[in-house]
Amino acid sequence: MRNTTTGWLLIAPTLFILFVTGMLPFLYVLAVGFFDWNTFAQNPDPQFSGVNNFRALVFDAAFLKSLWLTLKFTLFVLVSQLVIGFFLAKMLLRDMPLKGLFRTIHTLPLMIAPIAVGATWRLMTVPGLGPIPHWMQQWFDVNYILSRFPDQAFATVVVMDIWHWTPLVTLTLMAGLSNLPDEPLEQARIDGASEWRIFWDITLPFLKPVVLTTVFIRLMDALRTVDEVWMLTGGGPGAETRFIGLHIWRVVFPKTDYGYGSAMSLITLYLTIVMCWLLYVAMTGMKEKTR
Amino acid sequence: MKRGFLQSRLLTVLFWLAMSVLTLLPVWWMFLVSVRTRADLFGKPSFLLDVSAMTWDNYAAVLANPTFQKYMTNSLIVATSNAVLVSVLALLAAYAMSRFPLAGKDNLFFWVLTNRMAPPAVFLLPLFLMFTGIKLGDWSLFDTRIGLILLYCVFNLPFAFWLLQGIVDAIPRELDEAAYVDGASTFTVLTTVIFPLARPGLAVTGILTWVFAWNEYLFASTLTSVEARTITTGLAEFVTVTGTNWGQLAAVAMLTLAPAALVLALVQRHIVAGLTFGAVKG
Repeated sequence: MRNTTTGWLLIAPTLFILFVTGMLPFLYVLAVGFFDWNTFAQNPDPQFSGVNNFRALVFDAAFLKSLWLTLKFTLFVLVSQLVIGFFLAKMLLRDMPLKGLFRTIHTLPLMIAPIAVGATWRLMTVPGLGPIPHWMQQWFDVNYILSRFPDQAFATVVVMDIWHWTPLVTLTLMAGLSNLPDEPLEQARIDGASEWRIFWDITLPFLKPVVLTTVFIRLMDALRTVDEVWMLTGGGPGAETRFIGLHIWRVVFPKTDYGYGSAMSLITLYLTIVMCWLLYVAMTGMKEKTR
Repeated sequence: MKRGFLQSRLLTVLFWLAMSVLTLLPVWWMFLVSVRTRADLFGKPSFLLDVSAMTWDNYAAVLANPTFQKYMTNSLIVATSNAVLVSVLALLAAYAMSRFPLAGKDNLFFWVLTNRMAPPAVFLLPLFLMFTGIKLGDWSLFDTRIGLILLYCVFNLPFAFWLLQGIVDAIPRELDEAAYVDGASTFTVLTTVIFPLARPGLAVTGILTWVFAWNEYLFASTLTSVEARTITTGLAEFVTVTGTNWGQLAAVAMLTLAPAALVLALVQRHIVAGLTFGAVKG
């Protein structure tokens, strides 16, 4: 009959591959973060440097700026996507012809490779060719040049991300909304509660687990955005859209500052975890209050 | 109950028509750029397709380019091999998890899932050193398709594992118990009982992991140089190398997103579950 050994043998390849591709790299980064190691330096060999890398990071303006930009970007896209996504979910739940078709079209951006999303938006925004600079000039009299104006570059990256990822929020919230129980809603309406009170006191508490999960997933994805931004702006102008993933890549590869880059990776990983945890605490706390 | 205009079906449909146009507009624009001649690209942007002036030259040029052919082949091989590998391994693992009393199961399950959540940029350095450093004679994992196929397991395997776990759990235990009583080996049970019953789930797993592997860029761009480059890295190169050949860039981008758009209809219901790790079922 079956025994535990057979079970372990079946699961062993999976665990082994994940150990090598996931766990070992993590342990490696954890160790290298405490070394001074730059292959272009006078002494290209790794030397133990304690927490020096981490101490330097606290005063590293480029790193802090990149971190700040990433957080700003994440906040902007999360809030916009939740608001727009909620509205769209409501609209998609309405009874209408061609519902399936609209849903499929709305889902399309989710499946497109991020690098192709970047290419798409680059073609929309290239001066002289793309329609966006043309419209900006014609309708708002705005000189729209991504590679020159940081605010425009940042705003475009945010809009691109909203275009790319709002459908995910729409569909998850739609799933949550369609599972809402009818009775409390009916009862509240009969009692004459305002739509706003119904939303705040009934819909939102019921929706909370779905909202939490959605924000969680979007937060993690937004914090590691690299591909599409690289394709659209290359992190520019200057370093104005150089988010943390891109910044780490630059430190590690073109500059080969391995030790410093690893320390940066660790801080980023740590901040990601802390933020997810804070979010979790905030959301569960909010639940207590509204009840 | 009479509804106002704001709640009417007509307005809802009009709203979604407008939304669909907004969603499709950038992709439609890219398609237009890919089928226009260079002379037609500039000036006042027009969203209308002029069929008489349409040209497939950009696609022809791209498809005839040996470098691009190589990238395309690499992407096909890497995505397909990875999807197959991941589906098989994850089925075995899910079966083990579902039917055997393994110690520390829950922690193990959680650890497997965390592999998918970490930001990839964080692990580029160790992976790069691992790929270039571990050598068998002259051969290393760097710039090989095998390297990418194995590496893509780090995000696809946890996902496939999670998805198939639910599917294997849903297969009644009595079925494999009965087969064991008849003297079947674990291998026979897997191939004659579990595999046929899990086939629809395996198809979804295969398709979604294929798309995730096809779409991957950061690992591919860092861990390959010439031989094993994939289509996503090719697309990125196109911007820097040729600079202003927008028509061909658009053609490559269309070819990059085409397969993903094609499978959309097939697995639409599962896409949300795939992207949120099943925490929300679409």
